[in-house]
Amino acid sequence: MCEENYTVPETGNSLRRYMAYFEARGITKFFGGLAAVNGVSFKVEQGQIYGLIGPNGSGKTTIFNLINAYFPLTKGSIRFEGKRISGLKTYQICRRGVGRTFQVVKPLKRMTVLDNVIASAFLHADSKAEAVEEAKATIEFCELTLYQDKLAKSLPIASRKRLEIARALATKPKLLLLDETAAGLNPSEVEGAIALIQKIRESGVTIIIVEHIMKVIMTISDKILAINHGMVIAEGSPEEVASNHSVIAAYLGEDYSAQS
Amino acid sequence: MKQFSGPVILLAILIAFPWAVQDSYYQHLMILVLMWIAIGSGWNLISGYTGQVLFGAAAFFGTGAYTAALLLNKLDISAWWGLPLGGVAAVILALPFGWISFRLRGPYFALVTLALSEIMRHIATIWESLTEGMVGILVMQTWVSKLPYYYIALALAVLSIVIVDVAVRSRLGYYFVSIREDQDAAESMGINTLYYRMVSLSLAALLIGLAGGLYTNYMGFIDPKVVFSLHDVSIMAILVGIVGGVSTVYGPAVGAFIMVLVQELIRTGGFGFLAWFTKTTGWPFMTTVTKYVSEAHVLSFGLLVVLVILYLPNGVVGDWLCVKKTILFRKRETA
Repeated sequence: MCEENYTVPETGNSLRRYMAYFEARGITKFFGGLAAVNGVSFKVEQGQIYGLIGPNGSGKTTIFNLINAYFPLTKGSIRFEGKRISGLKTYQICRRGVGRTFQVVKPLKRMTVLDNVIASAFLHADSKAEAVEEAKATIEFCELTLYQDKLAKSLPIASRKRLEIARALATKPKLLLLDETAAGLNPSEVEGAIALIQKIRESGVTIIIVEHIMKVIMTISDKILAINHGMVIAEGSPEEVASNHSVIAAYLGEDYSAQS
Repeated sequence: MKQFSGPVILLAILIAFPWAVQDSYYQHLMILVLMWIAIGSGWNLISGYTGQVLFGAAAFFGTGAYTAALLLNKLDISAWWGLPLGGVAAVILALPFGWISFRLRGPYFALVTLALSEIMRHIATIWESLTEGMVGILVMQTWVSKLPYYYIALALAVLSIVIVDVAVRSRLGYYFVSIREDQDAAESMGINTLYYRMVSLSLAALLIGLAGGLYTNYMGFIDPKVVFSLHDVSIMAILVGIVGGVSTVYGPAVGAFIMVLVQELIRTGGFGFLAWFTKTTGWPFMTTVTKYVSEAHVLSFGLLVVLVILYLPNGVVGDWLCVKKTILFRKRETA
């Protein structure tokens, strides 16, 4: 069986240097000569909702892809709960407790919603009955019970996004990476998404969220990291970031930045 | 209780079949059907459920067949040991093959499996000191009667259906289908996709290899052209899967029945109908027609695939409701 749990040896530091719950240190990704992400560092505390913003192509999704090892890192390291997770395979990172959703949703189309979530719930279930029970609870949590016997390909976009979240939650993550969960939703669905994300946080899951809809990111984030061209341009509370000159410049151009 | 009655009745019919039909020709056809159920089920696991299209079932089939034949020929061990060991040998071939070629996805993987079966065929042809090359290997049949072979084949067919049925209801099945639907999503759900694809391929290789071992024992003669054949084994396996119904437990069983029937129908020129027709009419060109029809069975396979994909994309079992409706509709029309 390849089911073994890798335990990466703790760095023998007797001084017990303070460790963040989740920490990215100088993560860098080159695609050929292009630095998609260049030396980005940030820390996320347990229980936080950490927002990641930036213009199109600034490298937000790439950061997610680096965290869950969809791409290998060029440089840098990522630590979660004090252990290094960079260098592990995608499925191992998921087992460590880092779940993610995809911006371009990836429903398992020819499976029902329930089966989608069951497949995910098997990760921490010993029997099928346990997986089914877990999946049903997760589906109820995400308010998808109505659709549970429908094929995933027949769902509208809002429910597909919820299914993505349900599938990620069924793996019982401690840290959840949400990639544009509210994109493409109408205003009332956006409200629903915000409520769901807050419900997830209340259940004790730490969240890193990428979002373009400012209403979402400003209302729910505790802290925001703004990036552009793969580099950090600002970090702080939502208000600080919203009034930051380089953030306004990145989004609206230098003229607006100068006026404000 | 009710959901079990169908398969149980079918099994009873299959057990009673050789007593009801004493004609050894039909018994022979049924043995082939049962053998193809095993191969089709194996193909269905890796290609239907896991979505990794296997274009080279012959590689595993031939490995199983040659294992049985070589054990007898070189080591003087009963070829019956070759039946289980044939399955094991196929798995041993599948493991390194899968580890290397599962880096590829979709059609690229399919092409590599095709290459594997061709490589195996060439090895069997060229390595004459071991395999006798194109001369082939003769294995004395153990029994004259077809009954023992029939029941061994039946046991194999039942085993393969049970393996598939149990696998797809469990964790394995969910993981296989997740991998088929989206490999990246599956990986992010904590599924070790390489490991589970290897499991799927190994199970498939086991079933196909067992069928190969049975083939050697039953037919008594193998050569590289027959057991590593692209169209008679690899393509046939795909057809059994597609015609019966991809990713359905009983699809390969139905597919095997239909495909062996179709193959035999064409090979014998409509069960001798064409020969009889030629004789009675005395038209000279009918001899040529008969010859081409029996040689064109590979072509007819292609046509069959086109028709099935057009009208029954999920196979006979997968689109059973549709088939039933069509049949009922026809009946009403004629009445």
